[in-house]
Amino acid sequence: MSGVAVDIAQVQKRYGTRDVLRNVTLSIAPGQFVAIVGRSGCGKSTLLRLVAALELAQGGTVRVPDARDDDTRIMFQDSRLLPWQRVFDNVALGLRRSERERARRVLAQVGLIDRAADWPAVLSGGQRQRVALARALVHEPRLLLLDEPLGALDALTRIEMQQLIEALWRERGFTALLVTHDVGEAIALADRVVLIEHGAIALDIEVALPRPRSRGDPRFAALEDLLLRRILSEPGANEHAPRDAVGVAAQHVRWAI
Amino acid sequence: MKPYLQRVAPWIVPIALLAAWQLASQQGWLSTRVLPAPSAVVKSAIDLSLSGELFAHVWTSTKRALSGFVLGGGLGLALGLLTGSFARVETLLDTSIQMIRNIPPLALIPLVILWFGIDEAAKLFLVSLGVFFPIYVNTFHGIRSIDRGLIEMARSYGLRGWPLYRDVILPGALPSILVGVRFSLGLMWVILIVAETISAQAGIGYMTMNAREFLQTDVVLLGILLYALLGKLADVLARSLERFGLRWHPSYQGAA
Repeated sequence: MSGVAVDIAQVQKRYGTRDVLRNVTLSIAPGQFVAIVGRSGCGKSTLLRLVAALELAQGGTVRVPDARDDDTRIMFQDSRLLPWQRVFDNVALGLRRSERERARRVLAQVGLIDRAADWPAVLSGGQRQRVALARALVHEPRLLLLDEPLGALDALTRIEMQQLIEALWRERGFTALLVTHDVGEAIALADRVVLIEHGAIALDIEVALPRPRSRGDPRFAALEDLLLRRILSEPGANEHAPRDAVGVAAQHVRWAI
Repeated sequence: MKPYLQRVAPWIVPIALLAAWQLASQQGWLSTRVLPAPSAVVKSAIDLSLSGELFAHVWTSTKRALSGFVLGGGLGLALGLLTGSFARVETLLDTSIQMIRNIPPLALIPLVILWFGIDEAAKLFLVSLGVFFPIYVNTFHGIRSIDRGLIEMARSYGLRGWPLYRDVILPGALPSILVGVRFSLGLMWVILIVAETISAQAGIGYMTMNAREFLQTDVVLLGILLYALLGKLADVLARSLERFGLRWHPSYQGAA
């Protein structure tokens, strides 16, 4: 079962009077890994929720032409495991009785088969996200949506999870759409990085680096630098303090990306 | 303090009190009309158990309490689930239920006697009414306070209808529902005691009121002790229900 194509055409989304997305058009090829980056509140999560059909757009269309209902799975920033079900039952959520054994296989793939009988409450944050990943993959999705799934993890667990996601994506060939605020993560994983600013696509870059990617690679660093500069230089980043008005030492500046 | 002393210490005062009470009764400082000796209470417990009378009364009361609990609690649960799950049912029913909730069930006694006489139905009605509200309110609240994120997740994973209810909504509301169960188990005995004291032909309340007429203070005291015991039993039951139903909850995982 391979990936499906995603077609987003002239999508608009408003909450009240605030335009969150204006006229976003994006086509994703089957099996492609696309990362969406941008500042907090730029609308990137909203775009993902539209693709997941958790929200409805006010204009334009979001289509995943070849996918049936259960071909799309989403993984959230908080694991959203059911605390009253054991790890195994969480992974097997929504499976038919005859399919439940699949959960065991996927748990083994994420390395948590020995925790199958534990309650989610006793797992670490990283383990919970691995269970959530297993729960998403057990349905053999052809489109996997990742809504900052690693945002709350520590740096080491994060790299581990990135490697796991990349390995499973390469093995299964699903289409992946990852929302992240971590530019390095986006470049490490994605075929293509899309930058959203003020509800519109500002940049759409192919990442042509060979996998597995090393952050030490100068091309990696150059790309990361390019993206970060673009995000940080964007007007509106410092509306309240014009850049050349006051001299502030760099270490005193905090960017909310 | 040494470990065994630590264990014995809480019991020193009650045992001393009991001994002093026994002594005072035996010496005649305390009239049996005011307070019979503890040994007399024990003796009347043994006598009444041997004649089978005690068991019959306890059984009658327990049956009343439980049938009232099942009826009122079941209705409370069902209506709480309905108003919690469907906004339309809430707008239709919740205001009325909240109004009735503010009437103390015991205030209805005169009306209940007019309606049902002093029959079993009267007691059943009062107990059911009393346990209905804690379970209704807590079920409603439990459903409303379920993490929206979990429901959104479950829906996007294809859960609808009964599976969504069974796997997400019911277990999510369970902690709150069990709080309601504990409240109503306590309330159940209080209401039953009053109902039985006013009018009954059997039951613990009847036994004590009857004994009062014959100045059998030992039996009166026995009845009071029985209520205490049964109340404690209900609480233990509720706690073990919580321990089982909420074994996934971090605050219940010390023992497991």
